[in-house]
Amino acid sequence: MTVGHALLGLLEAGPRHGYDLKRSYDERFGHDRPLHYGQVYSTLARLLKNGLVEVESEPGAGPERKKYAITDAGVSDVGAWLAQPEKPEPYLQSTLYTKVVLALLTGHDAADVLDTQRAEHLRLMRDLTRRRDGGDLADQLICDHALFHLEADLRWLEVTAARIEQLAAQVRA
Amino acid sequence: MAAEPLLVAENLELSFGSTTALDSASVQVHAGEVLALMGPSGSGKSTLLHCLAGILHPDQGRVTYAGRDLTAMHDNERSALRRSEFGFVFQFGQLVPELTCLENVALPLRLGGAPRRAALRSAAAWLERLEVSDVADKRPGQASGGQGQRVAVARALVTRPRVVFADEPTGALDTLNGERVMQLFVAAARDTGAAVVLVTHEPRVAAYSDHEAVVRDGRVRTREYAR
Repeated sequence: MTVGHALLGLLEAGPRHGYDLKRSYDERFGHDRPLHYGQVYSTLARLLKNGLVEVESEPGAGPERKKYAITDAGVSDVGAWLAQPEKPEPYLQSTLYTKVVLALLTGHDAADVLDTQRAEHLRLMRDLTRRRDGGDLADQLICDHALFHLEADLRWLEVTAARIEQLAAQVRA
Repeated sequence: MAAEPLLVAENLELSFGSTTALDSASVQVHAGEVLALMGPSGSGKSTLLHCLAGILHPDQGRVTYAGRDLTAMHDNERSALRRSEFGFVFQFGQLVPELTCLENVALPLRLGGAPRRAALRSAAAWLERLEVSDVADKRPGQASGGQGQRVAVARALVTRPRVVFADEPTGALDTLNGERVMQLFVAAARDTGAAVVLVTHEPRVAAYSDHEAVVRDGRVRTREYAR
């Protein structure tokens, strides 16, 4: 699970309180989706149960006073996770494909569907380009990733638009 | 209320022999705006750019620049307009190989009658703006592809044109070099208030535009001029 591994990875730098951990996670990886405290503490509880972290309590400590440290098992778990490639996501955004086929089946202009989608994709690409060019290195990496994916979608849109008449003939056959 | 568009193409028709290159293509661009002409190879996007720039003459339809009918002008009047008001960037910089990069950038000013020292001073400032001062004294052949394109952008902007036409300006560059060229190009053009007409088939390059017009089979599919 990614949040668990991310928190573990952050702990490799040194023991931290749950609150600090959440803050560094949000700063680096949270962007539009900061972690809830509940999620932080339930994830830490699971890591604790699995022996991947341990607690360095401070005197008179409530849960928010606990300092978490990564164990040796935790360090090798992070290493194994980093060594594992992520599953590529090669498949088409299915709603768009459905819309194109249905447009062809029902006699709507499928090229309009593609044009509308292209405009929306480009709008987002403009926003991301602005954010990337004005941002720090982390912004650049994140925006570039999104931009390359959107670009791939757009290439699919172009190729589909070029084949729309063939596709129409097949769909209606 | 939006200002009048600076450059307007209305219902352009153009055929090369039996091949229809433009089929009732219409598009417009406002001052200070970056318009991307997108579309597959052979769609007519470069032909549309050449008509907008007064390089090609459409069989039918009209191109209006700042209220003047480009299609009704005499050739030499149109050439004069191109030299004084338009700038051009192509896929391969088309720099003069025998001149240094600095002299290349100064060239349009010299051709316009500017004194040599003033032209070179202005050219040097533009090279600095495009972050390629280090190749000023080199010949284009000694500069990298990305540097060469930045020199070409400097040359296009040095006369402070009101419209810059760019045909696949990053087409020969890798992603990072292409992006840097686009960043510097668009920022510099915006600073001068020039409109940019950008032909590209790359969405990441088109993402530097304000609007896009998609050309397919000589027609403009998308017209998005919400302002």
